This record gives sequence, structure tokens and C-alpha cells, in this order.
Amino acid sequence: MNELIDALMVLLVLMNLRLLGSSRLSACIRTAALEGIALGLLPLMLVWKEGLSGVLIFLAAASVLTRGVLFPWLLLQAQRDANVQREAEPFLSYPLSIMAGVLTLVLSFWLSSRLPLPFASGTPLLISVGLSTILVGLLLIVSRKLAISQVLGYIVMENGIYVLGLALVREIPALVEMGVLLDAFVAVFVMSIVTHHISRQFDHIDADQMDSLKG
Amino acid sequence: MTNLLINILIPLLLAPLLPGLINRTKAIMAGRKGQPLLQLYFDLWKLLHKGAVYSRTTSWIFRAGPMVALAAVLTALMLVPLGGSPAPLHFAGDLVLLAYLMGLARFFTVIAALDTGSAFEGMGASREVTFATLTEPAFLLDLAALAKLTGSLSLTDILGGLNWQAHLSCAPELAMVAAALLIVFLAENARIPVDDPNTHLELTMIHEVMVLDHGGPDFAFILYGSAVKMWVLGTILVQVVLPAMDAEFSTSVWAVSAARLGVSLAGMVGLAVLVGMVESVMARLRMVRVPQLLVAACAFSVLAVILVLRRP
Repeated sequence: MNELIDALMVLLVLMNLRLLGSSRLSACIRTAALEGIALGLLPLMLVWKEGLSGVLIFLAAASVLTRGVLFPWLLLQAQRDANVQREAEPFLSYPLSIMAGVLTLVLSFWLSSRLPLPFASGTPLLISVGLSTILVGLLLIVSRKLAISQVLGYIVMENGIYVLGLALVREIPALVEMGVLLDAFVAVFVMSIVTHHISRQFDHIDADQMDSLKG
Repeated sequence: MTNLLINILIPLLLAPLLPGLINRTKAIMAGRKGQPLLQLYFDLWKLLHKGAVYSRTTSWIFRAGPMVALAAVLTALMLVPLGGSPAPLHFAGDLVLLAYLMGLARFFTVIAALDTGSAFEGMGASREVTFATLTEPAFLLDLAALAKLTGSLSLTDILGGLNWQAHLSCAPELAMVAAALLIVFLAENARIPVDDPNTHLELTMIHEVMVLDHGGPDFAFILYGSAVKMWVLGTILVQVVLPAMDAEFSTSVWAVSAARLGVSLAGMVGLAVLVGMVESVMARLRMVRVPQLLVAACAFSVLAVILVLRRP
């Protein structure tokens, strides 16, 4: 099973790089959805040997549903409202973003090798990939101009925290897990509504232009 | 003796067949009959019987370019094993020599293009070098990942050591390396997502621009050199993707080497067909998008190196 988890982590890294390198918003949203589905299946793989419990399957299903279906649906709606297809000019160009993504990867692998953990489940890859996913999320938030891309960055960061959490604590209590999912859902829900209002008010969702006065 | 025969004679004879196979695949995909499979051999024969014309503005560099480039790729060919038998030249660290020989061939093609004094060729040279700055690190990092994975510094041992066990235990790493190598293969050989070998539009040409002023035997050298370069990079890619066979399945040495050679050659044909299919279904990328693809190749290689280093 560890090989499968490793393969999933490599897939996660590749999807992160695709998020950094793609300018089409719908493609980015779909990639983030795929990431969510992959992460929903991760806890099942982690406890495969000990046997699955009903609560765990329920949580995985809830996670896949929110991250893989609800979030992309909300974001695609927001994108249709705002009527933007692609992010034209991010602060960091796409090739440079990919290079920065690779740099975060190197950094997090180095960091995780320097970080002795008292107990860790799964494979050592979980921690480094989790760290790098968090950094990639941050990078997306600061380097993109469109509000939707920044929401995507938030989702990616949340995914990274989830992976890191899974690596550190063996089993997240169901109540906490449900709370986190609900929080993330509300955040994305509110952000897509805000995006909708921004695009109604300003005729664009470019967060960079938001500080200019409108008379 | 047979070893030398396999490693030198077969590539030298079969290399010009690869472009023919690619062209045939493209023709079939487009519903055409296409040029003969041996078209490049006919072209080479014709060009070798022509005289060369040299412009008065050029110097000896222009004449040396095709020869040095061909000599460099032929030496590179000596370093790459084919079909499980060791390469004619193999020593620890020959993978670095391979990368540098490729660089030497490129350097002389580029300065021969600059030597003509034509602005058009200078543009092609500039593009070639720009993209090479991204393909070369990807190629070297791939070789580094493979070297660390198999624990040896010689191409013969590396490509011979990638057996089924290595493929099963290091699947993600090898997939990254293969993906990066495929992009490098397409970029270095001026194939479609990066460069279009058929076009003569000045906006899009890279490799073709640089060799416009060469004619006769010089151009034959260039054509043959690029075919051999395609063969060299292709054999590496094919042997990374196809696991090396263990020698135990048959007692006869002949049967083993014949089977290995057959698998490798079949892999080369498969690669040519794959390239032809890629060229049929894909459009050429815009010039500004090409670095993005090459950076992706670099990212794949770095990822492969990181994953390999992480392995105890």
C-alpha cells in the first residue's frame, strides 16, 4: 500500500505543478477537484491494513463530495458569473511559477529531512509533499491577480494542511474532521459569493485593481 | 565482434530510417500515401554527389560546422549501448561526455549559422541556444537521477541495470524520467510541439533556419547527423521505458542477445510511430509557450532526482 500512497503523493505534486503552470481557470478548477478526490481517498489507504470502519468511509465520502464536487461546482459558477476564461497576467509568469513550485518542493524535502517527528504514520513522503502543497497554495494566493485563482490557492493550502495532519495524527477525530470540512465549505461558499459581488460591482475580479478608487 | 556489429553497424545503417517511419506514420494518419520509407537514404545519396557552394563571407568555421557536429554525434553513438550489449566505449562518467558531445554538436551548428552573417540564421541560432538552456539541464538531471537509481556512472551499466525489479520498485521516478526524456527528445530533434520540421515559415523555424546555407555533402552530413542524434536520444528513452531482460531465460547466448536486440529495435519503431502520432494530433506550440513545456521537463527531472535521493 505504501507504493500506492507514494504514487498518489507524486500525482499530487504533479497536479500542484499543473495548477501553477496553467492559465485556464476551468482547467485549474478541475485539477483542484482531482486533488480533492485523491486526498479524500488518502485516509482509506493509510488505514487499509488495520481494516476500514464505517465512520472512516463516511468521512472519506464526505471529503470527496465537498472537495471534489461541491467546491469545483461553486467555483465554476463564480467563473461563469464573472465571465473570465483565463488569467492573463499573473505577477509571476507561468514558467517562473513552475520553477518556484519546484523550489518549494526542494525546500520542503530539505525541511522534512531536518524535522525529526516523534511519531509519523504513512510514508515520509506525506510530510514533505504536505509542506510543499501548503507553500504552493500560498504562492498561488500571492502571485495571482484574479479572485478565483486566489480562492483556488486557499483550497490547495487547505489540502496541504490536510495531508500534513494525516501524516502527524493517525486518525483525526470525526467531529474535528466534520468541523474542518464545514469550515472549508463555508469559506469557499462565502468567497464565491464575494467574487460574484465583486464582479457585479466592478465588472472584473482582478484583486490587484481593487485598491484604485472608483468614482 | 558481434558486439561491435550490433552497436555500430546497426545504428549507422538504420538511423536514417527513423525520420522515414515518422513521415510514414504522419502520412497514414492524414490518409496520404506518403514518401518512400527510404527517402532520407535517397536524399543523402543525391546530396553526396553534389558539389558544395560557399559564400565569400564565410570562413573555415562554416565548413567545419557540419563535420564537427557529425563527428560529435557519431562519438556519442559509441557511448550508448543497444540491446543489452555493452557500448563500444564505456567507462565511469561517460554520461557526462555524452551530454557534452551533444553540446559540442549544437555549438558548432550554431556558430556555423552565425558565420554566414545572415540575420535570419542568427535568429535561428538564438532560438536554438535559448531552448537548449532548458533542455540541457533537464537531460543532465535525468541522467543524474538514473545514475543514482542504478548506482553506476556508466550508461552501459545504467541502461542494463533497469530490469523488472527496478521498474516495479521505482515506478514514479522512472515515469518522471521518461516523461522528461520524451520532451527533451522532441525538443532536441526539432519535432512538433517545439519545432516543425516541415515548415519554412520564418516565424516558426528553429533548426531548419540554421542549416539553410549549407548545401551538397555538408547538408548530407547535417541530415545524417540529426538522424544519428535522434537515434542516440531514442535508444536512451526506449531503454529507460522498456525494462532490460534478464539473461536467464535461455542458455544460448545468441538467443538472448537476439531477443534483447529485437526488443530494442521494436521499441525504436514504436517511438518513431509515437512521434508521428504526436505530430499528427498536436499543433506546434506558440514560440512563447515553448519554454513553459521545457520548464515542465526540468520540473519532472528535478522531481525524479528528489525522489531518487529520498530513497535510502
